[in-house]
Amino acid sequence: MIGIVNYGAGNIFSLTSALSRLGITYGMINSEDEFDQYSHIIIPGVGHAGAAMDKLNKSGLVDKIRSLTKPVLGICVGMQLLTDHSEEGDATLTSIIPLQTKLFDKELGIKIPHMGWNNVEIKNNSLFEGVENQTQFYFVHSYFIEYNPIFGIATADYGQEYSAAIQKDNFYGVQFHPEKSGAAGERLLLNFSNLK
Amino acid sequence: MLSKRIIPCLDVKDGRTVKGVNFVDLKDAGDPVELAWQYAQQGADELVFLDITATHERRKTMIEMVKSVARQLNIPFTIGGGITEIADAEALLNAGADKISINSAAVKNPQLIADLAKVFGRQFVVVAVDTKLVNGKNMVHLNGGRLITELETEQWIKQAEDLGAGEILLTSMDHDGTKQGFDCNLLQTISQMINIPVIASGGAGSIEHFTEVFTTTGVDAALAASVFHFGEIPIPVLKNELKKHNIPVRL
Repeated sequence: MIGIVNYGAGNIFSLTSALSRLGITYGMINSEDEFDQYSHIIIPGVGHAGAAMDKLNKSGLVDKIRSLTKPVLGICVGMQLLTDHSEEGDATLTSIIPLQTKLFDKELGIKIPHMGWNNVEIKNNSLFEGVENQTQFYFVHSYFIEYNPIFGIATADYGQEYSAAIQKDNFYGVQFHPEKSGAAGERLLLNFSNLK
Repeated sequence: MLSKRIIPCLDVKDGRTVKGVNFVDLKDAGDPVELAWQYAQQGADELVFLDITATHERRKTMIEMVKSVARQLNIPFTIGGGITEIADAEALLNAGADKISINSAAVKNPQLIADLAKVFGRQFVVVAVDTKLVNGKNMVHLNGGRLITELETEQWIKQAEDLGAGEILLTSMDHDGTKQGFDCNLLQTISQMINIPVIASGGAGSIEHFTEVFTTTGVDAALAASVFHFGEIPIPVLKNELKKHNIPVRL
């Protein structure tokens, strides 16, 4: 059963709808002791990373999240929160994965936000099991996580190669929105729910 | 590579889908939830719902519809129509909308763009602009093209971008409903002028019109209604044709 960290950042109706369609049960996590009821944890997030981190700090759940050993998936801004720092609001984040979240550079001739369906170059990882390499996922973001060969499990290309998905131990993050990415996104959510 | 998006637009009145030809003479084209699901199956990249309900109960009806759509749909969708304040947008976000589109409310109160972008992020805020050529100038119009404003289209769009719009939905009222093709000249001008995505709208009548707009302009997406609703252009056929022209699409 998936627990969704309910810290007030963004639209979780679409996420819970996707889980329901997949027959995956879920609940909301509002306090530290509620983490124990769930086998898998999702950190959602939409909007401003600095503002989202403020809310997560106020929820008092950051230390507990850092100590988790069960599978954790951060989605979009939820993924960015796993990194050290974001240029959005010059925010110090959870530092679970030692990476930087940066603003896209419009000097590269790209429109910002990066909005729409883009191909994802997938490394062999159980999160993407059954998903063909170069499958397209739906992205909406202005800030990105730098590519890193150690923690990167998938990349996308928008002006430059960057992290579409990252992993460190039991912590996973995806920059795209699996709940909005058609059948491939639903498969990814299902794969996550099956991670040991 | 980032794909060019194909976006069917569904006009919704009292929870039912309708399509205006030149925004008059409405026809009922079905149940929005069912239509949305069918479009997702066909390979639509995104959907736009425009609420044209005028009644008092509008907001409540729309929220229920948005929830029903979000429960079924696994692609993103935008809601437009009647959004005048933060609370409207927040209710739609919580019901599962990915983006909201504002038009006349932004013209009347440009600060609304900045306020929405600040609270929800600019990726949530689409500014829809209806434009018409008047005495050689592109002028912003309201009320489905009936009411001219003092704003020149290019300037207004630039201002909207500066205020925090995440995307521009540009409808040429001279082309809308004519099925004679998109206004490629204006769309190229706008697309070059700003650094946020542009959705082309108004005038789609054939597959060639989509090919034309994507090969001759820098727009990121193309929106149409009746050619999709009445099955004149099946989306899989359209996308295969675009691919043949080396236009990146999601198949």
